[in-house]
Amino acid sequence: MTTRTGESTEAGQRLGLVGRLKNGNIELWANLIVLALVIGFVFWRGSGFAITIGTVFAIWAILTVSLNLVVGYTGLLSVGHIGFFGIGAYSVAILTSTTDYSLLRTQSIPTHEWPFFAALPVGIVLAGAVALVVGVVFNRFRDDVFVLVSFGFAIISFNLFLNAGAITRGAFGIHEVARPNIVGRTLDGELEYLIMALACLAIVSLVAWAIVTSSFGRVLTAIREDEQAAAVFGYRVTHYKLAIWVISAMMAAMAGGLFSSWTSFIDPNSFILLESILLVSIVILGGLATIWGSLLGAMTFVLLEEGMRFLPFIPDVYVGQARQVALGVLLVVLMLFRPQGLMGRYKL
Amino acid sequence: MAEERELQQSEQQAGPNGSDAGRFMLGMENVSVRYGAVAALEHASLGIREGEVVAVMGPNGAGKSTVLKAIMGLAPVAEGQVYWRDAPLTTATHEIVKHGIAFVPQGRRLFTHLTIEENLEMGCPYLRDKTERRRRMDTVMELFPILHDKRKDLASQMSGGQQQMLALGRGLMANPEVLLLDEPTLGLAPNIVASVFFNVSRISEELGTMIMVVEHNIKGVLDIVDRCYILDTGRVVFEGTPDDVRSTHILTEVFLGKVQPMDGEEE
Repeated sequence: MTTRTGESTEAGQRLGLVGRLKNGNIELWANLIVLALVIGFVFWRGSGFAITIGTVFAIWAILTVSLNLVVGYTGLLSVGHIGFFGIGAYSVAILTSTTDYSLLRTQSIPTHEWPFFAALPVGIVLAGAVALVVGVVFNRFRDDVFVLVSFGFAIISFNLFLNAGAITRGAFGIHEVARPNIVGRTLDGELEYLIMALACLAIVSLVAWAIVTSSFGRVLTAIREDEQAAAVFGYRVTHYKLAIWVISAMMAAMAGGLFSSWTSFIDPNSFILLESILLVSIVILGGLATIWGSLLGAMTFVLLEEGMRFLPFIPDVYVGQARQVALGVLLVVLMLFRPQGLMGRYKL
Repeated sequence: MAEERELQQSEQQAGPNGSDAGRFMLGMENVSVRYGAVAALEHASLGIREGEVVAVMGPNGAGKSTVLKAIMGLAPVAEGQVYWRDAPLTTATHEIVKHGIAFVPQGRRLFTHLTIEENLEMGCPYLRDKTERRRRMDTVMELFPILHDKRKDLASQMSGGQQQMLALGRGLMANPEVLLLDEPTLGLAPNIVASVFFNVSRISEELGTMIMVVEHNIKGVLDIVDRCYILDTGRVVFEGTPDDVRSTHILTEVFLGKVQPMDGEEE
């Protein structure tokens, strides 16, 4: 299904930075270009804008790192990840919202007013539990069929968020989602929130790194390459696949919790299938089976998404569609000329 | 010729196709494997004794690989039973591995994204003791020094012969009592084939591992095995020593489709 790209040669590794750039080291060029764009944006749009795109980046990066564990390292092409993102987001929103919905004429739901740090673990555990149940069924499928059933999961999740009005308020959405409170101090400031989001990203990235460099990660790589061969040696591949699926879902739920708290309002439109496909695209863009690539992919996407709104030749009403077109074109170009993505170890 | 065949058949009825499969360390009795309407193995009885190297031979589609897969729980056994040390063997592959039975599948099936060292470590999933793992790796690398020299290289960077050594080594990492080899010389150059057979022999002699090898290269494998089984259309049609095989025309008959089935009717 996939092939690994060539390793850097020893001679290539011995070259200095300039030598590697001259040699056309695309990975290095990609890093430098993205870094230059980030610096350019910060100077151009100011620190406030930089903080905003930093927070968006942190949330998307948690999602891409978590999805890469499943898609990149284990070879399970899931397009249903947005469902777990939504579970985390709705859990935090429902439990922390401070709005008295009984005063509104629209759909009413109970108000719990939990603190953020009490609600977030609930969302993470709930997403893990759902992933466990769903994963037991999904483990029966592989390759194209797995993509289809994960597609189904994304559709079902969206419809639950939309139609379970008594819990989610459906299309009306949930307001006043609480910001985190640390030792009596609410993180109302954007900079404070950015720092917390980046701290969460650091934790997720470290956990992901620990997983992929462990013997557990080695088995995941083996499963990706030849599931049957791994089974022949006594590895219970379904257990491994289920474990990484659940871990990945829990990470996605963490991103969801951060997202709903940051935006303070959520409705089902944030969890549509298109977002899930976008997420897979970012993972492919950054590269399969690389944590750094996921971070780079997420940053590229965020820069593309936010940067396009400032292009003078695109009318405001078309910016949203233009972003999708640009990402689509970028992916086509990548598949043609660099199918392993910016930093990837494998081709899709 | 007819007398010889009768003798072979009577041996099979009393031996491998009979009811005393328990005498084997690892054996199967009356095992049938079916994939839907297709019978891959029909009432096959065979096995391996302590210290033996046994070959399973036959033409394409005879059911040779299915024998190994049935032992490893990788093929759906419709009838019969696989035995290990006189007790029925489970059909769960991860449990079979714990019994000390290792399988080296056809085509080597290496994890080419992993290094040689990592591939070897993949061969012992239930071993937590790092010292013992190191010791086993040393044993394997002593047997195949090229693996030590290239231990940090990716498996994909090795030649076909070296990959086969790695496949054998990975199988040995489980410290198995029985090693099941499925077509270990498939796709290898003739000069490498000889070294593979030599290594199989060494594993048996130096480590005392019982080996059951499914092989197409009849001439080569007959030189290293103690006994062999010949299969045709899913049935065991012959059991004997390499000399028995050489002294009959059974292989010619099997490969040319003239073998007489067990009920004595000409095909």
